[in-house]
Amino acid sequence: MQKKIRVLIGKPGLDGHDRGVKIVAAALRDAGIEVIYTGLHQTCESIVEAAIQEDVDIIGLSILSGAHMTIFPKIINLLKQKEAEDIIVIGGGIIPEEDIKKLNEMGVKKLFTPGTSTKEIIKYVKSIVQKT
Amino acid sequence: MDFLKKLLKGDKLTIARTITAVENSNNSEILKEIFPYTGKAYHIGVTGPPGAGKSTLVNIVIQKLLEENKKIGIIAVDPTSPFSGGAFLGDRIRMTDLALRENVFIRSMATRGSLGGLSQKTKDVALVLDASGMDYILIETIGVGQVELDIAQVCDTTIVVLVPESGDSIQAMKAGLLEVADILVVNKGDREGCDSLILELKFAFELREQKLGWHFPVLKTIATESKGIEELISNIKSHKKYLKSSGKFEEDRKRKLALRIDELIEEKIKSHLKEFSSWRNGDQLEQLIAKVYQRKLTPYHIADEITKKIIVGKK
Repeated sequence: MQKKIRVLIGKPGLDGHDRGVKIVAAALRDAGIEVIYTGLHQTCESIVEAAIQEDVDIIGLSILSGAHMTIFPKIINLLKQKEAEDIIVIGGGIIPEEDIKKLNEMGVKKLFTPGTSTKEIIKYVKSIVQKT
Repeated sequence: MDFLKKLLKGDKLTIARTITAVENSNNSEILKEIFPYTGKAYHIGVTGPPGAGKSTLVNIVIQKLLEENKKIGIIAVDPTSPFSGGAFLGDRIRMTDLALRENVFIRSMATRGSLGGLSQKTKDVALVLDASGMDYILIETIGVGQVELDIAQVCDTTIVVLVPESGDSIQAMKAGLLEVADILVVNKGDREGCDSLILELKFAFELREQKLGWHFPVLKTIATESKGIEELISNIKSHKKYLKSSGKFEEDRKRKLALRIDELIEEKIKSHLKEFSSWRNGDQLEQLIAKVYQRKLTPYHIADEITKKIIVGKK
């Protein structure tokens, strides 16, 4: 029996632009992935709790509000506190190069910037889960 | 075993990982181990057509039950796409109020090819939650039509949620969904036609009543405004009381366990059969099919012969 890939997709914080994140969620669904969609305005705590209860392989966050340097580190820390740091954190949004570098160092595995194709995201998600 | 101790204590990470293991495997070792610790949680099923407000209703009901300091596990099932195998699990979105509550554990499941409104593994996942010390387990099905009735095989109390647009007493008399209802709820009760639908449903239900000895309630709710929820909860409780005092609780559960054993045997046999799909790889496949095509042989003969081989082969 093949294990299904499970991905939590959500938007933390005060950011109401959910068109992009819905497109990504739909694309992952159509690629055979189980997508747990938590919707808008989630706190970091509720995202991490949902990720644990749903036992997802990946948390994918969309952040267009500029709060990425606050939110991603908080998510990573919460996962560590809850002993669930094996859950991979990725994200997408308008995030400057230098921030991407810092976030990668903190443990955010991958950040997708505007212009990324859904194919690219699907390919990445499948390959990273297979590796673990 | 370490995992078992943690599971029985209700450690959420352990619950989650155990569910994953159960969901992704046909190996029943874990289930054998936890089964002795199950049977305590009361199972409530919520079913009904898509968009009837099942998740919203579940959200409110649970908030009320939490006031009584109960531990509650939720299994929310959404459909797997038969085309891509993927799923979009969105029930959680209606339950964000519950996400951080200490006594709540929510798990979304995809049907993964099962057609009865639940996933094949839902029953096993419910066992995991049961063992983890939940007082209640709420199971929400996918949006259903008339025949997806698996929920009644899992739950002690089944709630069917309809909306004022759901139909009339003729619909209510058809076989299917309403037959599994212990409690009927017409949600979105502020919409037109609600009261007349309730009257018609009550009439339709009267035809079942004497036979079963439980007065089927038909309730009106407006889940988004928390209206009618207290009555719903008190009806869930009186149904529970009715089951226990009439002896039906034990009787039902025993019947369901027997059914479960049937199912497991069937699954086992099916998984063995898969090995025999190798008849398709045989050299003679093409000739065989050609003969059937020319009507020199029938599919029925071939099926008979192959089944015979399978049964002999397995002895």
